[in-house]
Amino acid sequence: MADFKKADLLDMYYDMVLIRRFEERCAQLYQEGKIGGFLHLYIGQEATGVGAVRAIRKEDHIFTAYRDHGIAIARGLDINALMAEMLGKVTGVSKGKGGSMHLASREHNFWGGYAIVGGHLPLAAGVALRARYMEEDFGVLCLMGDGATNIGYFHESLDLSAVWDLPVVWLVENNQYGMGTAVKRASGVEEIVKKAQAYGMKEGPRCDGMDVIATYEAVKEAMEYARKNGPVLMEALTYRFVGHSMGDPERYRTKDEVRQYSEEDPIGKFGAYIKSKKKGTDAELAELDQKAAEAIEAAVQFAEESPDPTFESLFEDVYVD
Amino acid sequence: MAETKRMTIREALSQALREEMYRDETVFIMGEEVGVWGGTYAVTRGFYDEFGEKRVRDTPIAEMAIVGAGVGAAMAGLRPVSELMTINFAFLALDAIVNHAAKIHSMFGGQFKVPLTIRTTTGGGRQLGATHSHSPEIIFAHFPGLYVCCPAMADDAYGMIKTAIRNDNPVMVIEHSTLYQTRGEVPLDQDYLVPVGESRIVREGKDVTLVSFSKGVHWCLEAADILAKEGIEAEIVDLRWLRPLDTSKFIESFKKTNRMVVVEEGLPQFGVGAEITARVMEEAFDWMDAPIKRVTAEDVPLPYSREIEQMALPSAEKVVKAVKEVL
Repeated sequence: MADFKKADLLDMYYDMVLIRRFEERCAQLYQEGKIGGFLHLYIGQEATGVGAVRAIRKEDHIFTAYRDHGIAIARGLDINALMAEMLGKVTGVSKGKGGSMHLASREHNFWGGYAIVGGHLPLAAGVALRARYMEEDFGVLCLMGDGATNIGYFHESLDLSAVWDLPVVWLVENNQYGMGTAVKRASGVEEIVKKAQAYGMKEGPRCDGMDVIATYEAVKEAMEYARKNGPVLMEALTYRFVGHSMGDPERYRTKDEVRQYSEEDPIGKFGAYIKSKKKGTDAELAELDQKAAEAIEAAVQFAEESPDPTFESLFEDVYVD
Repeated sequence: MAETKRMTIREALSQALREEMYRDETVFIMGEEVGVWGGTYAVTRGFYDEFGEKRVRDTPIAEMAIVGAGVGAAMAGLRPVSELMTINFAFLALDAIVNHAAKIHSMFGGQFKVPLTIRTTTGGGRQLGATHSHSPEIIFAHFPGLYVCCPAMADDAYGMIKTAIRNDNPVMVIEHSTLYQTRGEVPLDQDYLVPVGESRIVREGKDVTLVSFSKGVHWCLEAADILAKEGIEAEIVDLRWLRPLDTSKFIESFKKTNRMVVVEEGLPQFGVGAEITARVMEEAFDWMDAPIKRVTAEDVPLPYSREIEQMALPSAEKVVKAVKEVL
């Protein structure tokens, strides 16, 4: 087990809380009509995102799907610019053109959230191809939901990555439902990592995605393998405590099931772990909670005070001049 | 003017690709049978031995990945040429082209660019049946974020490949499967480019304007020869780029001839003819002396049997007939 310094543990805890507060605030802003479009919240899955993103290096690259807020925050994107994007402001990370599902930051090697299920998988393979082509030492972490593992893009991209030994960690965030369809109702193989065998690919672990340390360690090992040898398919078993998106009637699962998982809140569990290891006190954790809440309020203020994009901006960035 | 050399469109494409690969180490080719086989239309014959498997990459039969990985590699700073064996298979890659190649620059506020070239080949007339005979260029020309060019001549084939590779935007170069043996003069200039979105007059005339692109230009040239014998002088505008669309030359020509026929191998409904006609209505209605005519494929899936397939496609004779209807 990795030897985490106190500061690292507290940083991870802070990121998880920051994500939770961001998501809760976004839900409110959505209900107030300030956030439009679709809103897919990450509540419940914070340990997966923070553990995975922390496990890779700055020079590694990240792709993810449309449930992307948590990944962006874990990667250190500016919280003000993220909230501004949610509100469709010109100061947003994607200048108000992307929205919730299309957050990105080139300088963070965070290549974006992608809203066509599976559409980002070949893109991740393409970026990974650069590492082999230019003989550069980086890898690509490509997150996807369990639902994405049934689409054609998954097959074509994983196969190509295996044929070309591309340094990709294909990380399936298995939250057990693709929208409202349970994994077993959508996939012939319930244990998704087994799909690696179809491609002659390294079968990675099914880690506990509700445990930030377990996820960190599993992804770290997978990425080290991928950089040197080639792709790995792995899974983080997780659960989203809220609907697929806002307004999900959640007919596909029982309230009892949600309650059961919610009792295993990854943030609460991690806080308890930190205290048990004597790496933090209740007061220190409470201070981080407070700091996160303040950061989110400042971000909302920044976003609300930012200007809307102009008509002229419609025609900007359609092509590279 | 640079000296020129007479060569086939196949040779022009091949030479342009080869020169660009020597010029820039980040240029590479990927697609089905581009390497060991030498390209199904023999454009990349010899490349595998010359450049090696790193730069001439055979792929699985996986169009979504051929384009999608091209998009990713381009975002990461390489200059891939993703080859789709024929445009019929581009439908499988439509999401990668439309939702990714064409959108990424804009959707993330200009943070990423996608200098991807997609080479493919279009057209019917080879008895390949309904699924293998499409001319669906307009589908790709519909979307902002992409450039689409269709070489009809050897010099354009040569210059368009170079332009596409050097451009920082995704460019589709849509060749025609029956034009690879067509010969033309090609400038002996390694930096010969075709200005993005510039059409050209390939034959001057005063009586009628023929607007076309790709193989249609050759039907128009043949028709113009027939018409010339009857004293009718047709002016031919080769659009060359379907996006961006250059309206200036065909509008200018129409203001001179006041009559127009639009010729395309694709289907009539919502086609190039419909678009060009609308542009004329918007910009030059007062110069119109007769309704504009369209020559297109018949509005049916193309069949296998030779005679009826030819009947379904445009021809020089059909162009001649349409011209006489507008005169």
